[in-house]
Amino acid sequence: MTSLPTPRPNQKKLGLVIDLDTCVGCQACATSCKEWNTQGYSAPLNDSNPYGASPEGAWLNRIHGYEVKAPGEDQSRIVHFPRSCLHCEEPACVTVCPTGASYKRAEDGIVLVNPETCIGCKLCSWACPYGAREYDYDHGVMKKCTLCIDRIYNENFVEEDRIPACVKACPTGARHFGDLGDSESKVSRLVAERGGYDLLPEMGYKPVNKYLPPRQRRADEKMQLVQSEPVKRDGKAVMDDFFRWADRLLSR
Amino acid sequence: MHPAYSVILFTTASGAGYGLLALLGLVGFNHGPASSLWFGATALVIALGLITLGLLSSTFHLGRPERAWRAFSQWRSSWLSREGIASVVTFAPALVFAALWLGFIASPEWIGLAGLATAALCAVTVFCTAKIYSTLATIRQWYQPLTVPVYLAFALATGAALLMAIASIFGLYQVFQAGLAIIALALTLVLKVFYWRRIDTEQKTRTIEAATGLARAGEKVRQWEVPHTAENFIMKEMGFGVARKHAAKLRRIMIAFLLLAILVTAATILVPLLAIFLSIIAVLLSGAAAVVERWLFFAEAQHVVSLYYGAERA
Repeated sequence: MTSLPTPRPNQKKLGLVIDLDTCVGCQACATSCKEWNTQGYSAPLNDSNPYGASPEGAWLNRIHGYEVKAPGEDQSRIVHFPRSCLHCEEPACVTVCPTGASYKRAEDGIVLVNPETCIGCKLCSWACPYGAREYDYDHGVMKKCTLCIDRIYNENFVEEDRIPACVKACPTGARHFGDLGDSESKVSRLVAERGGYDLLPEMGYKPVNKYLPPRQRRADEKMQLVQSEPVKRDGKAVMDDFFRWADRLLSR
Repeated sequence: MHPAYSVILFTTASGAGYGLLALLGLVGFNHGPASSLWFGATALVIALGLITLGLLSSTFHLGRPERAWRAFSQWRSSWLSREGIASVVTFAPALVFAALWLGFIASPEWIGLAGLATAALCAVTVFCTAKIYSTLATIRQWYQPLTVPVYLAFALATGAALLMAIASIFGLYQVFQAGLAIIALALTLVLKVFYWRRIDTEQKTRTIEAATGLARAGEKVRQWEVPHTAENFIMKEMGFGVARKHAAKLRRIMIAFLLLAILVTAATILVPLLAIFLSIIAVLLSGAAAVVERWLFFAEAQHVVSLYYGAERA
């Protein structure tokens, strides 16, 4: 049913909190997501021409990189930016679905696609502002992040493994999973402490996933290499002459 | 957005079909089996044929066309589902109307009601089609108050041109058919020009800074690394590679096609002897204008996800 479920009191809202301060852009979350989801719910997650010159395929989690430059600063900052389904509270991707294949679970708010009833019209991907849904050209149906529904409730796993594959894989602890509907949960407290924010809140989709902004740099952390190096009258650094001399010496 | 040929063919062909069918319903209620059997049969076959062709071609756009029947289930929330239902429901009064006109059902007193019901459902179907696009807040160029009127106007204009041409071929040309076509074509042109003016002058309020949330102290954000090593679905579907460079030229071409269609239609009033030839030209011109317009409707549409892929504004 593509009409949205009526929110319950204390509605559970499972989702991710992504720390843009600690993410190093290593792609471990993306590759472990691909690895898990090509064998899990709605598997396989197809690639076309995987060993050819230009392999491409459906990924449920992609890592962008942005350069952020403050006015008046000469140094910019690189922010790695993982982007996947935000499991919105008002997901238009669900309501536009003509078949009921796209749905939002009443019990935990996870947005899913039923691969048995999806007709592959792709309208949901048009309705998503975040580019979270990717079409599987081989399977002919839409694919998206399931929040690893087949891990988080999997009783064959030990408790600590009942988290999404991306969270499990992250080596810097930049990804957190939990109930954002519970204001006392670890993830909710993290969002409150660090000023976690919604992507494109003005669009009204009310994403559940939150992003933690990069921390402000302290003034003494800012690199001042150029100024601190001894500079000769010709404008070249003393060290440059040394390296040139070493280069000549070693080149003999 | 990627202009899928199947969707362009669907919306233009079925639009013309619904326009023609609606006009037949509205103007055809004083026709009966005795007066214009072959005209009625031909016009109805063309209208229903165009609609069916369009509906079939829309299923080519699906990854799983064999499951298309499922699309009739979610009318509570989905305009696509409503469109699917409306398109099929329209066949019921249309077939009754056709049977009454062609004399298969001998109750001519019902033809007016059947015609009106057919026309209303044709309008509802085109309305639903347009609503699919005009309710997508993710695409500024579609999320516009003029999107629905332009779809309806194109259906009416191409349908009116067809009605005139078919009537001419059967020797039933009347000046009012030309007048109707001229009004519909002119209305279409005016609405589309206003639509373009609006999407060109409207402020692009969404920025890469706002989308990433990384610029709350006035920073500048720029894409530094792409999230892929080869093209992905989002890029192909949301059409970042589509050359919008011909957009201005194609807009002029569409305007020229519609103006010429109006002139040719007006010429049928002055030279009724050439009505068949001129009205067929008008059909071709208005049809070509509809295809160009629909292609531009997709090609010029910029999805908000483009901000994550490096666009500065959307």
